[in-house]
Amino acid sequence: MIQALAFVVDVLSLGSLYALMALGLVLVYGILRLVNFAYGELIMIAGYTLYLLNGSPVPWLVMAACAVVAAVLASVLTERVAFRPVREKSLTAMLITSFAVSTLFQNAALLFISPRARVVPLPDLFSESLVVGGLFVPIRDLIAVAVTLIMLAAFTVLLNRTVLGIALRAAADNFRMTRMLGVPANLIISVAFAISGLLAGTVALFWLGRTASVTPGIGLEPLIVAFVATVLGGLNSLVGAVVGGYALALITVGINTFLPQVLVDYRQAFAFGLVILILLFRPEGLVWTGRHSRT
Amino acid sequence: MLELKDVHAQYGAIVALRGVSIAVAEGELVALIGANGAGKTTTLATVAGVLRPRSGAIRFRGADIAGLAPEAIVRRGIAMVPEDREIFPALTVEQNLRLGAFIRRDRAEYARDLDATWARFPILRERALQPAGTLSGGEQQQLAIARALMSHPRLLILDEPSLGLAPKLVDQVYGLIKKLHAGGMTILLVEQNVTQALRVADRVYLMRMGRVEAEGTPEYLRRRVDVEGAYFGKATANGGPPPAGHGGAS
Repeated sequence: MIQALAFVVDVLSLGSLYALMALGLVLVYGILRLVNFAYGELIMIAGYTLYLLNGSPVPWLVMAACAVVAAVLASVLTERVAFRPVREKSLTAMLITSFAVSTLFQNAALLFISPRARVVPLPDLFSESLVVGGLFVPIRDLIAVAVTLIMLAAFTVLLNRTVLGIALRAAADNFRMTRMLGVPANLIISVAFAISGLLAGTVALFWLGRTASVTPGIGLEPLIVAFVATVLGGLNSLVGAVVGGYALALITVGINTFLPQVLVDYRQAFAFGLVILILLFRPEGLVWTGRHSRT
Repeated sequence: MLELKDVHAQYGAIVALRGVSIAVAEGELVALIGANGAGKTTTLATVAGVLRPRSGAIRFRGADIAGLAPEAIVRRGIAMVPEDREIFPALTVEQNLRLGAFIRRDRAEYARDLDATWARFPILRERALQPAGTLSGGEQQQLAIARALMSHPRLLILDEPSLGLAPKLVDQVYGLIKKLHAGGMTILLVEQNVTQALRVADRVYLMRMGRVEAEGTPEYLRRRVDVEGAYFGKATANGGPPPAGHGGAS
């Protein structure tokens, strides 16, 4: 019973982070058909913002807000400076640009900060646990789930109730037609990148919370996770991104829990092997919207 | 109102328009007809800002709009109902209409427009909260037209409005087009269904191989024996001198 509860808590907390990351990735993909490989670096930027604010007298929540804002700004600026000039050229140009931006951010961190891990400040609450029927549940995990639910709810309201949100959904479905209704391309893309940065910045707080440190290469794992989750859920669907996030967490935690001890080192190979198997049977992802992809 | 002069356009290496010149006067219903690949939809794409013309001029109400972004062109008063209707299937009918009114900021005005749309398209009102993807083909066409009208266009562009619709629904859609035209709306229509197009249009352009081959009243074009032939891409247009006002430049 306790094991089952631990399993559920693990899947939900990890899945929440995966889902938010995947959502940020798929939001941009939906509109530009660009898998933004510089997306993981937003987590790094949020991390270094926390690191640089370490020791300042402001409360942690203010530092966290600054970190999230830094991720949002970095995301929007990346679009403005790097992606916009090549947007009309080709998808390949944008893809290569995203690799370039990723490398640039990582090397800037190596050069100006350090290749070694740097400590990020965390609130005391993050290292505390609740004891539920003999099970230690990290409060950080519970906050992650709660924050995810709040963000998903806010996101749902935005996408369904506001004109901008409706335009975002429309643009993710058919960008050309959305523009033909007068929705400015730059506005929609900037908003998508801003939301994407907001999601990555929020995930960063919890992602960094696991090790309490940040390195220049920290963005790679969340990027891969987000990418796999979106592919698993269906690249064309925002709901799919969330479903994919939780599904990937279920697979990862499941394999961690049930794999014999000798094979635990290979858990990622098993997890991604399983993802490949699922995609062999459902190449369109778990959530299929029935839409044709655009050219 | 709208004037294209010697417009050339291409998709990559494929030349799609070879000097197209057409004009649409205020209050007019002009139809572009011709075979598949004649350049009709491409002509519309250059007007809507989706495809940048390589050369030539596109003027709308006196201003040059060639190469403007699609969103800028809507703001000038040109609304487009594309070939596959391109409604947003996951959005509700009302959300589709809301986006149609994106450039109109006044909420009270939007509410009034929505009421007018419900009165004109009662079936859409019934389906207001349904995802647009669940609508039938005819209803989707109505939605696409209603969505375009939400922006209060001065020029309405319709690309193949009868495509894929049952004959009864085609009549219905054309009934609507006639009504809009009678109300003073300027309309540029692309249609493969020549019979329908000739029935409603004030003036018709026959396109072929990226050029305007003939221009005139529906009666004139109906008389031209090669309309049907050109439409299927079989006959050559050698049945007489080209009509006056023919704007092809090569």
